[in-house]
Amino acid sequence: MKREMTGAEMVLQALKDQGVKHVFGYPGGAVLPIYDEIIQQDDIQHVLVRHEQGAGHAAEGYARSTGKPGVVLVTSGPGATNMVTALTDALLDSIPLVCITGQVPTHLIGSDAFQECDTVGITRPCTKHNWLVKRIEDLPRILHEAFYVATSGRPGPVVVDVPKDIQFATGIYEPPTNIAHKSYRPKIKGDIEPIRHAVELLSRAKKPIFYTGGGVINSGPAAAQLLRELVQLTGAPITSTLMGLGAYPASGDNWLGMLGMHGTYEANMAMHDCDVMICIGARFDDRITGRIDAFSPKSFKVHIDIDPSSINKTVKVDIPIVGDVAHVLEDMVRLWRTGGHKLDAPALKSWWETIDRWRGRNSLAYRPSEDIIMPQYAIQRLYEATKGRKTFVSTEVGQHQMWAAQFFGFEAPNHWLTSGGLGTMGYGLPAAIGAQVAHPDALCIDIAGDASILMNIQEMSTAVQFGLPVKVFILNNQYMGMVRQWQQLLHGNRLSHSYMDSLPDFVKLAEAFGGHGIVVDKPADLDDAIQEMIDTPKPVIFDCRVANLANCFPMIPSGKAHNEMLLPDEANDETVANAIDAAGKALV
Amino acid sequence: MNAQNLNAPSAYFMAEVVEQVESHTLSVLVDNEPGVLARVIGLFSGRGYNIDSLTVSETEHEKHLSRITIVTTGTPMVIEQIHHQLERLVPVHRVTNLTVEARRRSFEKPLERELALIKVAGVGEKRLEALRLADAFRATVIDATAEHFVFEITGRTNKVEQFIAILKPLGLVEVSRSGVAALQRGPEGI
Ligand SMILES: Cc1ncc(C[n+]2csc(CCOP(=O)(O)OP(=O)(O)O)c2C)c(N)n1
Ligand SMILES: [Mg+2]
Repeated sequence: MKREMTGAEMVLQALKDQGVKHVFGYPGGAVLPIYDEIIQQDDIQHVLVRHEQGAGHAAEGYARSTGKPGVVLVTSGPGATNMVTALTDALLDSIPLVCITGQVPTHLIGSDAFQECDTVGITRPCTKHNWLVKRIEDLPRILHEAFYVATSGRPGPVVVDVPKDIQFATGIYEPPTNIAHKSYRPKIKGDIEPIRHAVELLSRAKKPIFYTGGGVINSGPAAAQLLRELVQLTGAPITSTLMGLGAYPASGDNWLGMLGMHGTYEANMAMHDCDVMICIGARFDDRITGRIDAFSPKSFKVHIDIDPSSINKTVKVDIPIVGDVAHVLEDMVRLWRTGGHKLDAPALKSWWETIDRWRGRNSLAYRPSEDIIMPQYAIQRLYEATKGRKTFVSTEVGQHQMWAAQFFGFEAPNHWLTSGGLGTMGYGLPAAIGAQVAHPDALCIDIAGDASILMNIQEMSTAVQFGLPVKVFILNNQYMGMVRQWQQLLHGNRLSHSYMDSLPDFVKLAEAFGGHGIVVDKPADLDDAIQEMIDTPKPVIFDCRVANLANCFPMIPSGKAHNEMLLPDEANDETVANAIDAAGKALV
Repeated sequence: MNAQNLNAPSAYFMAEVVEQVESHTLSVLVDNEPGVLARVIGLFSGRGYNIDSLTVSETEHEKHLSRITIVTTGTPMVIEQIHHQLERLVPVHRVTNLTVEARRRSFEKPLERELALIKVAGVGEKRLEALRLADAFRATVIDATAEHFVFEITGRTNKVEQFIAILKPLGLVEVSRSGVAALQRGPEGI
């Protein structure tokens, strides 16, 4: 409804009209008028974080676990700069965020006023788009446009910078309209000819593979459903990036496990040897391809992506299809069905036999122990204990993240929240909080590392205040394990500053925040302790003391190809020390 | 590990050297709003693309649209990336690769012109020589005293370059150039 109101009122009204139920934020001088509106209404719940970065990641967890945009409200200057990491994280992982920042009044912009910073300048490269609102007349349109841009096409974060005088000014509020955006109109439906071509190619393939990514999740539940259908129709094996886990169930017959640097041997070998690769909503990231000139050298490549700039960026493909994953898959399934396509059954059978041989290498194997908890074992037990529950898993960044991806089975999309593109330590706890806000009855676990968790540990306080019973499951190896592993691989095992001498007592830390703490160091005690964690109706920090020097395998060392994986049974100290050559050392 | 691959050179970027670097002219239609040029330039610097020339001016006042003309160099794969990355910017309405369009119509290049203002100071024979060359290049004198000329020249970039190079020994003081403006040949717009 059109009516006169202040800028601050408009912000709240626009959020309501956009269906927003929760906002993650932190107040300050430049957003006080908006906070004054927040307290005078009940439709939108504000979750007060303890650090703006926490608000950003919480909104990401919220968005990833619901498919809806996450909303953040922070003040000018330091409030805005604290958001930069979360915005960049959301940009790289294509997470829809709408971040509203306060700004000094328009007449002070450019004067180095107190808590002034060039928010649109600073966030330009880490947002999909951003706006500085200079006139009250523009505010309603920009707010609605912000939601449109954040959520359409390839999703991403946006910033709306609102000077304080605009928040006080009055103008006419305009509700959202259906008028097409004047310039940003992403292509949703894929061209039918290349889709037809892709289906034909798939039906003639002798060694096909589906390589899927976060784009399937972003496209929505229908995309995951159609993917499952197409995989079943074609009988082809399927692997996924870190970001795409859950789109196809880990228990599914055709699942090869994750691919890439710490993917399974069978997934990477199948990628290397396939003759037709169908890439869906993934972007040939360097963590996936390994050495680019040796990447899947014999395959015809089909790439389905809503973002044309993702196509032919690093890997040249034969059939590009620009469009939304669900729309394109719908066409593929229909064409497969109506085209009377048959599988090359003998070829597929022999392809699966080859794959089973690779599987037989058991690339995720680790040496079990009765005395020390192996980190992989801890994840396996955690997974077993949570089966049958509605569980959301977030992670921090490091070895524990990769072990979680390898050993926790995801059956449905939107239940796995991890920082893939940016690899942001400190992501997991606030992300779990965001998921818990959206799903109050679910079990929300942050699988954490002892180093990462300290990067946003203050958010325990948020969890306690808002009654959000998140579980922080720390694989405590006393090291920045992933850094230590790379130092072993690249730098003669000189462990420069990757060991932490004085970690806090995590049990006491949990209690200090008003949560519950658990510590375990014997494999035999693990199951009971995990049950205690799950049964505790408040935030828990679980200090799981694990083998300190375990390495994460298998691994494609930097600069190597998919078929040059380092497998756990081959990885003795000498192979590890020599796995990466001089040129590979320069890579990240 | 696969033994025969162990000695292969190891880098992600090897594919790049295979393709030849080319110069392309892109025409970008954008909303004339604050920050739009910063977005375009930030894209080029942030992703390590080259800008050889960039011109911008509002060209459709009633719609507040500006046309940015960018001359850039890169492999065909990089040029395609630049094109799509530009299209990703929200205030960008349309991106046209004029070089590709020209080739498609069997022209070597799109219409490209540059304007330069060139100041030359000197007396005697050098001064006369500068004036004679200006005449030959169809440059016009737009300012003069007994000691100097300012020439205005319009033409293709290499003609402008050549004129400036020739003037160098004849008392060249300074140059201001507009960068490349470009349009497609034929009756249609982009
Ligand atoms: C903000 C940030 N800083 C630095 C890094 C580099 N980094 C990647 S993994 C890692 C160590 C993580 O240690 P921990 O959380 O204990 O996990 P582990 O590898 O031991 O499981 C570091 C420092 C990062 N990813 N993010
Ligand atoms: Mg650790």
